[in-house]
Amino acid sequence: MSRPTAAQGEADRLLGPLGERLPAPVKGKPGPPLWLLAELTYRCPLHCAFCFNPVDFATREQELSTESWLRVLREARALGSVQVGFSGGEPMLRDDLEVLVAEAHRLGYYTNLLTSGVGLTEERAEALQRAGLDHVQLSFQDSTREANDFLSHTRTFDLKQRVAALIKRHEWPMVLNCVIHRLNIDYIDKIIDMALELGAEYLELANTQFYSWAEVNRDQLMPTQAQVQRAEAVAAEYRERFADRIRIIFVVPDYHGTRPKKCMNGWGQVFLTVAPDGTAMPCHTARMLPGLAFPHVDTMSMADIWYASEGFNRYRGTDWMQGACVDCPEQANDLGGCRCQAFLLTGDPAATDPVCSKSSQRERVDAVVARAEAADPAQIAARPLVFRDPKASRQLSGRTQGSIPPTPSRPARLPESSP
Amino acid sequence: MSGTADGGRPIETGSARLDDVPLASVPCVAKPFRLQFETAQDAWVLLYPEGMVKLNGPGGAILEQCDGEADVMTIVARLQEAFGRTDLADDVRGFLAVALGNRWITLT
Repeated sequence: MSRPTAAQGEADRLLGPLGERLPAPVKGKPGPPLWLLAELTYRCPLHCAFCFNPVDFATREQELSTESWLRVLREARALGSVQVGFSGGEPMLRDDLEVLVAEAHRLGYYTNLLTSGVGLTEERAEALQRAGLDHVQLSFQDSTREANDFLSHTRTFDLKQRVAALIKRHEWPMVLNCVIHRLNIDYIDKIIDMALELGAEYLELANTQFYSWAEVNRDQLMPTQAQVQRAEAVAAEYRERFADRIRIIFVVPDYHGTRPKKCMNGWGQVFLTVAPDGTAMPCHTARMLPGLAFPHVDTMSMADIWYASEGFNRYRGTDWMQGACVDCPEQANDLGGCRCQAFLLTGDPAATDPVCSKSSQRERVDAVVARAEAADPAQIAARPLVFRDPKASRQLSGRTQGSIPPTPSRPARLPESSP
Repeated sequence: MSGTADGGRPIETGSARLDDVPLASVPCVAKPFRLQFETAQDAWVLLYPEGMVKLNGPGGAILEQCDGEADVMTIVARLQEAFGRTDLADDVRGFLAVALGNRWITLT
């Protein structure tokens, strides 16, 4: 018997807020798709201005059948998927949610429900518990009623407090997820106080990542460096002080850092998303990338999707890399960063993530941050947010990703020829 | 759910002490963790909200015994028999101390 350890001192970090670290990807055959994200629907009662659903969601109304989802769950489990997240949109809007959770539980998944709380009644909570649901992640938009209603565009704050109490009554571990941005980042202490009051075991303070709707609203949502630093200090202080009660995760915003994130723990390494219409992708925003077709779960097996499809192999590992990534000693740490971010900021999905200080196009990120620093608060307040709703989606869905809304002061979004 | 970067707490090993794990105490895998064997990974794993800890062989063998009934002394005896060893008490207690520090188990 050798010394017992957790994987020789390494714990596996999946994509949630709670894990630690994944082993570096190995060359050759990828490991199993440990994390299956089942985006059951794009329908949602909220209208968050930072929603990560695609901007053109309203043009994709078709949803997979219950039978297809059950097959997806079985096939992915056979490949080694072990965490399943039921997400959306608002997954409570699928009335077969309990059926899917029950099958996932039977198959041996750890089952996670990612919800805004709307529709999570006592009755459905009991049904989900009977089905074997392991965990509920509740999203919060802010801690004050006014700000919350403003940012989610519906009156949901009271409901979320009720749902949090319901989660506690059913003894589910509760993760609160709060998206942080320019308009709420200065209230981070109040957000943490609220999480403590509600008895959350974990709080993920997720700084807005600028994709999809958040990208449309980037100027209004991008915090200043000073805001980020203050918020991080406040979070650190609380983390220390309440270490026994709550685990606080502060996800640093990309643009304010100098190292790119290992997006999704690497393309096609652990994470498999199935969109509401059955399209399988390495991440939930990957569909924006041009020149890349993603397979459909009704026409390809999950094994072929994961191991053989072009959509999952294109940016897997390091062979596709170019520019600063080639021969970079850090390439295994970050796997070149985020493909969607590279595309949105440079126009080239194979570029080095421009967040990286070694990128020849880092100036594009710096320009965005500089705009946030220089912005006149009154002007920001005067410009309305574009809320996620079907009407706005249809209006925006004709646009080219990354090119609208057109403002004269967005030079960073226009692709230039590479030096 | 976003693809988050760092921020997770590293596994704590520094403060683990054998004294924290008396031989007469009874360890049990704690909520919200769930221990299960994963064929695809050929390993025991601890699952928890949106995360997973992959255990090596000995780590899995120890946690598998933490059923809330066997005390540490019994677990040591079982493992020593299974592995044909007589000196595993400190290894087992050391690992359980780490597990306790990470709240994977409770002791009663």
